[in-house]
Amino acid sequence: MTEKQPLNRDQMAAVLAQRLADGSIVNLGIGIPTGVSNFLRPEQEIVLTSENGVIGYGRLAGAGEEDPDVVNASATQSVTLNPGAAIVHHADSFALIRRGLVDVTCLGAYEVAPDGSFANWKTTNEEWNNLGGIGGAMDLASCSKQIFLALEHTTRDGEPRLVKKCALPVTAPAGVTLVVTNIAVVVVRDGKFILEEHAPGYSAEEIQAVTGAPLEISPNFRQVSV
Amino acid sequence: MPRPRIFTSMDEAIADFPDNSSLMIPGFGPGQPINLMAALWRQGATGITSISNGVGFAAGAEELRGLGDLVMAGRVKKVIAAFTASTRPSRAGTAEELIRSGAVQAELAPQGTLAERIRAGGAGIPAFFTPAGVGTETAIGKEHRDFDGRTHVMEHALFADFAFIRAWKADTAGNLIYRRAARNFNPIMAMAARTTIVEVEQPIVEAGTLDPDQIHTPGIYVHRLIQIPEGGVLHVDRATARAILQVRYHDPVPEGQE
Repeated sequence: MTEKQPLNRDQMAAVLAQRLADGSIVNLGIGIPTGVSNFLRPEQEIVLTSENGVIGYGRLAGAGEEDPDVVNASATQSVTLNPGAAIVHHADSFALIRRGLVDVTCLGAYEVAPDGSFANWKTTNEEWNNLGGIGGAMDLASCSKQIFLALEHTTRDGEPRLVKKCALPVTAPAGVTLVVTNIAVVVVRDGKFILEEHAPGYSAEEIQAVTGAPLEISPNFRQVSV
Repeated sequence: MPRPRIFTSMDEAIADFPDNSSLMIPGFGPGQPINLMAALWRQGATGITSISNGVGFAAGAEELRGLGDLVMAGRVKKVIAAFTASTRPSRAGTAEELIRSGAVQAELAPQGTLAERIRAGGAGIPAFFTPAGVGTETAIGKEHRDFDGRTHVMEHALFADFAFIRAWKADTAGNLIYRRAARNFNPIMAMAARTTIVEVEQPIVEAGTLDPDQIHTPGIYVHRLIQIPEGGVLHVDRATARAILQVRYHDPVPEGQE
């Protein structure tokens, strides 16, 4: 029996990077997803866009490379610009998002359900009170062709984050197609969670035990390769 | 259209800012009018309605006083933003308790909707329809309409009394150029206010010096200009949260790479 090795944040970002189709236009949200830019290979020809209007950025800037005016969606991490990069203002940045040019948006989340709905802007389900951190997530979620999520499989208290129905207010009522957690890779299709990959040492039964909705096991169920 | 007035003091540039004014504050990391905000802190205006991406945190240093400080000091009546609360349960946002208690009003909007509301305000469009937020709490109570088989929600334009802007370059006609991702909300906010006040990183050059094809904000939207003086704040170092000060003037881009 392999020792249990849950994925760390970098490994989760690497899994997201593997799942991006060559030539995609991709938006990376704050958190684990912004790390994806370090795992893309030039031959994938992926164009990264950020809500702040940076189109065509690359990996995180190393020491001495930081430009205070070039940041990703976190607004604090310095990134590099790839050859061919372009900068637009905030309204034009969301114009390209709203028009549907973004193939995949990668976001962090608190909860996700098999219908493709997810929650990531409010940490409680208190009544609507204009409190929350939406950022660009709703625009991205409602207008991107696909949404990939990266999140811990359970809360700190061990409660499942993959659930039958989101208890927290949703960011979008549909659209999630892939969920990468620290122990599993789950495809979301036709109202179902399909378990495709597991972290080293985790069985399908163990993953199901900490998942709040039924998992269908993919015929191609395998260990993640990162 | 008269040329914009050029100031040499941040305090003088915003001295007539009245109580109960609305204010657009750009910035997404870079691109914040740090020096104008610190001047507003010193000036004392209250009853402010702010329009910005987030509400931010109270700053430690006087020269970095910003919206978070104004909110905590009870000088802000209402915030309109895409972030009114922290997304980390472990770290409560500055304004959260004040908003929850009703001491500060809030209007939370998806970021693209916020940007487009500002753009619409500057473009003379009173309202528009967007698919963003449909099926979520943000769309409750708003007019919905289907276009091409898809449901959209109506959102209203935003326009403010003042916009505080951070530009990289400017000329005496008020034409502005921004640098890299410091552009963010600046061009659209500069267009959506009755009085647009700009702090500029580089020395303000004579009209006719900047290439008309390279202008991001035409000077007809700009009312007041001020170069960030020596000792003013250029950037905030993200690792230490300390101010990086203007020395003589700032040109971070090597020759030939503009």
